[in-house]
Amino acid sequence: MLVYGFINSVILMMIALGFSITFGISRVANFSHGGFYILGGILTWYGLIKLGLPYFLSAGLSIIIVGIIGAVMYRVVLVRLRGLELSEVIATFSLGIVILELLRGLGVFGYEFRNPVFIDGSVEIFGVGVGIQRIIIVCAGAVLLLILHVFVHHTKMGLAFRGVAQQEHTALSVGINPDQVSMLSLAMGSIMCALAAVLILPLGVISVDEGYDILIKALAVCIIGGLESTLGVLVAAFIIGYIEVLTSMYISSSLTSVIPLACMLVILLIRPSGIFGKSKEIEERV
Amino acid sequence: MEYLKIENLRKTFGGVVAVDNVSFDVEQGTLLGIIGPNGSGKTTTVNLITGFLKPDSGKVLFKGRDIAGLRASKITNLGIGRTFQMVKPFYRLPAFKNLVVPLFSPRVKRMGGHYGEKDTLALDILEDIGFERDSAVPYKPASILPHGYLKRLEMARVIALQSELIVFDELYSGLTLAEVASISPMIEKLIETGKTIIMVEHRLKELFKIAHKIVVLDQGKKIAEGSPREIMKQPSVKKAYLGVEL
Amino acid sequence: MSTERRRERIDRPIKAVTDDIFCLSSMREIAYLVIPRILPIVGLLLLGFLVPTYWRKVIVITFIMGMMALSWDFMASCGLTSLGQALFFAIGAYSSAAVNHYLGLPIYLSIPLGTLIGAIISTACIYPALGLRGIYFSMVTLIIPLMLMRVVETTGILGGTEGITGLTHFPGMFITTTISMAALWATFFGLRRLIDSDYGHIFVALKDNDRAVEASGLSIRWFKVQAIFIGSAICCFCGAFMTHYYMSVGMSAFAVDLSIFPIAASVVGGMGTLAGPLLGAIILGPLSEALRTFGSFRVVIYAALLGTFIVTLPEGLFPYLARKYQQIERWVEAPGGISED
Ligand SMILES: Nc1ncnc2c1ncn2[C@@H]1O[C@H](COP(=O)(O)OP(=O)(O)O)[C@@H](O)[C@H]1O
Ligand SMILES: [Mg+2]
Repeated sequence: MLVYGFINSVILMMIALGFSITFGISRVANFSHGGFYILGGILTWYGLIKLGLPYFLSAGLSIIIVGIIGAVMYRVVLVRLRGLELSEVIATFSLGIVILELLRGLGVFGYEFRNPVFIDGSVEIFGVGVGIQRIIIVCAGAVLLLILHVFVHHTKMGLAFRGVAQQEHTALSVGINPDQVSMLSLAMGSIMCALAAVLILPLGVISVDEGYDILIKALAVCIIGGLESTLGVLVAAFIIGYIEVLTSMYISSSLTSVIPLACMLVILLIRPSGIFGKSKEIEERV
Repeated sequence: MEYLKIENLRKTFGGVVAVDNVSFDVEQGTLLGIIGPNGSGKTTTVNLITGFLKPDSGKVLFKGRDIAGLRASKITNLGIGRTFQMVKPFYRLPAFKNLVVPLFSPRVKRMGGHYGEKDTLALDILEDIGFERDSAVPYKPASILPHGYLKRLEMARVIALQSELIVFDELYSGLTLAEVASISPMIEKLIETGKTIIMVEHRLKELFKIAHKIVVLDQGKKIAEGSPREIMKQPSVKKAYLGVEL
Repeated sequence: MSTERRRERIDRPIKAVTDDIFCLSSMREIAYLVIPRILPIVGLLLLGFLVPTYWRKVIVITFIMGMMALSWDFMASCGLTSLGQALFFAIGAYSSAAVNHYLGLPIYLSIPLGTLIGAIISTACIYPALGLRGIYFSMVTLIIPLMLMRVVETTGILGGTEGITGLTHFPGMFITTTISMAALWATFFGLRRLIDSDYGHIFVALKDNDRAVEASGLSIRWFKVQAIFIGSAICCFCGAFMTHYYMSVGMSAFAVDLSIFPIAASVVGGMGTLAGPLLGAIILGPLSEALRTFGSFRVVIYAALLGTFIVTLPEGLFPYLARKYQQIERWVEAPGGISED
């Protein structure tokens, strides 16, 4: 239980991280997150099964492609909509739908669409058998967090990112190009999203509906944790992760998907800006 | 019993202590000025008094009742009106329709005494505050009004609400000398009609002419309090305001 | 110094007389003003009752979608941008189906009751999110319908995945068309009147600056509740109507296309104008019917259209056409330096 809850939480965190990074830096809510996720998975599948590329090459390529798509989306579409929150949301949302429904139309459905696990087999932890893939996910999640932390807090570019996140205009005046930073943040978010897809999707089947699910999960985690806080994402992922596992064990497994909703509504009622969010107060600033 | 009494008000944002144990009180029918360098916590204090922020600790006693943490609309209906430092009118409405919104408030209903249509009333108020009635100005969309008019529109709101305690947050900023000269008498008139006023202001010269008492904030703390004359002599104030001539 | 040209826009003289008093001097001017107002009403009447039966169905659906779009546009102009209009539709659909199926009430009771109950439930569902602004609100509205769908699916209440079938149907196509058309126009004129009234200005103000509304002594939460109630009641009516039209209700009531369509119609037609969404729905409704054979590519086309419009013609078709109709444009020479007006 403990172990499964942990793994579940890490998976949730990986899913939400890409969304939260992009939003935290550039304030673009990337609603095509679910689309990118499935796209990452399906591209890997295509490279692996149809083109016969080696697994890691195919995975790497698809991550890069998704990253580029994210950047291009910013360059071509979002640049013209900066500041119009509503239009940004509509634009990214519709792009996500285009991707997902296009894939559905192309017939992505069924058991053949599944990526193999990296390494087969399982090990025993605290007396529970755990697939190696899941262990890889946990390790990757930890490494990702670490890299992210180092990047944001100890590199020049990270500094620029934080600058833009706090005050776009001021950043502009000290020679940082916010457009470039935002574009990079979208690319980064997309890359993380695709990375999560590559790591997590082998656990199940690639399906279009999963894409919507992923978006919802990412949003729920981010809203609960506070939209721009990485720490919040981590904590929220663990809260939801464990609650999900607990409900499925002690109440009913059919209720698991409802739990994030319930959590979210409760959190919104008591703390609208999320556990670690400060969005509400920042908006009050004059 | 004091009219408005602020007791040990404190508010932090993350690590920043924006308002640090600030206490002062305001007597009915007087004008209190709050001054201090940028970022010293003036706007935050205003937000705490008017319910736009919840204090971490401390009390705001209005006529003996602790109003800290109540909803802003509730506080407004108790009779505390405010203006915003950043003017943001209802862009899609004509100027005079901007005033129709406060005219719907429970306070206006309760105060009664109004006759006729909301439109006429709104136009009356705007005329008093310097919108030429027979010109097109009151009918223009608020989005194209110049800054001076927007500031007046803010002021018109608290007048429409018949607030008894009015908090102005940097009302004069961005106004020309002539505009300030035309608004100052209106504020003095408000005092004469028995209103109580708190003014957050950077234009010290104009403020000191009409204020009864001044509170100086610096980095969230109250560093001085007294009549304008006393404040001008305080060395600590000069230090906080280095470079500003008094 | 180079001379550049800029486009000059002049109001047509007839409008320039004043903004609301027209001096009409000729039949031509009367026609100029009246035709754009009469044409859509008469056009829809003709369309609704004269076209062959198959297309009549399409038209009924278009009317209903038009109402969804109007409701979305109304909510959006109150600052409540929803990405999950399907939620309201589904709640209305299920409420009226439940009332009809479990309580056995006749259709003329189940639709109004379904609308009312639905609007109450919808408002309650959205209530926790009302403290949020802008995209924060949108995110939550996107999540709630998809999650509720999961609830119905997994718990099996209200017929679970199967839905509820065998509901009472409308007595005839004529009545169906009449009701839907009447409802559409009632919604349109009702909302327009509301927005133009003094009370409606509060809703407008809600989006422009909610802090100033609060500083005007009005509780923004209470007014948002009212806006949601009005908006969701419209959608719930659509849901209630459609369940009886199809005589069944199921998971598809939560589908994403129901959320996307109103947005697409509003964006294509012009957000915040009410007439725009109507125009958008009248264009997109039949179009989507024509695309039905393409299956899920239909949604792709919507979404792509949506994206294209929001980038290239953000104001939407209606304001664009209105401008072309009301203004004369011409190129004039501008002294150097000015390249755009
Ligand atoms: N909503 C907020 N979130 C975070 N920090 C804030 C917020 N509002 C104000 N601050 C901080 O609190 C301090 C006081 O700000 P403020 O009250 O606006 O000062 P003033 O109005 O005197 O210029 C500043 O350091 C400011 O950065
Ligand atoms: Mg200030």
